[in-house]
Amino acid sequence: MTLATGKVGVICCSGEDLPEGTISRVATRLVLEKLRPDQTVTLCLPLFLAGGEDERAFARVFPTIAVDGCSKKCAEAGTKKFSGKPVATILVSEVMKKYPHLKVKSREKLEPQEMELATKVAEEIARKVDEILCRTAKK
Amino acid sequence: MENRKVVVVPCSGIGKSLGTVGRVATYRVIERMKPEKTRTVCLALLTMGDDDALRLVRKNPCIAVDGCPAQCSKKNIEASKGRLVHSIIVTDVLRKNRNLKPEGVIELNDQGDKLAEIVAKDLSERADEILRKEK
Repeated sequence: MTLATGKVGVICCSGEDLPEGTISRVATRLVLEKLRPDQTVTLCLPLFLAGGEDERAFARVFPTIAVDGCSKKCAEAGTKKFSGKPVATILVSEVMKKYPHLKVKSREKLEPQEMELATKVAEEIARKVDEILCRTAKK
Repeated sequence: MENRKVVVVPCSGIGKSLGTVGRVATYRVIERMKPEKTRTVCLALLTMGDDDALRLVRKNPCIAVDGCPAQCSKKNIEASKGRLVHSIIVTDVLRKNRNLKPEGVIELNDQGDKLAEIVAKDLSERADEILRKEK
């Protein structure tokens, strides 16, 4: 199987139990819908287990970025275990350290401050997408 | 005796608005309608076989809330040998409420919000019923 050109897979943990999981999810959607709509694709992480070989081939087809809410890094570990090693991982809790004034507590609907953090995470994902595509284009 | 809680597990549904409907409905139940009787767990943790997550779904009754017929939540609870006692697929609820057209993944439109409320009420009633039977 060969790498698809021009697209990067973004797999987020979605972390239903933690506000950081909602940030990972919203940031991923911001990249897919607004920042890099033509360069990114995604897949539900639990579909690696529930789905078939097509789903499990995801990280072998696309260079992949894992977006994790907490240090358990389920998206990184899950992608590696079921599909293929992600090229990069972005950890929401690490990004939060750069913006200590932005606090997160909502899981259902993000407040403006939380949306600002999700946007910062999305910008980091988008930068990583550009790096990966630039690297693949040079090869 | 330790109080059991119903564990409501929505799918991650990152690709569809119906995934968000299930997730929003879950938060309404665990945070507002039945906070003392329900809780959730990260589905990704279950997928990864985290010990605490496995213990939680094996010890407590679980409801799977899935956005689409792939039923990732249900299948992951079953694969974890969790106590799955009920399963909801949002597409089935939508079929009974064809006037609603949910849209949006980051944020639901009003109709998606209404659908989430319908799912939340169902979940809340189920949680009561399940805990009544557990006594």
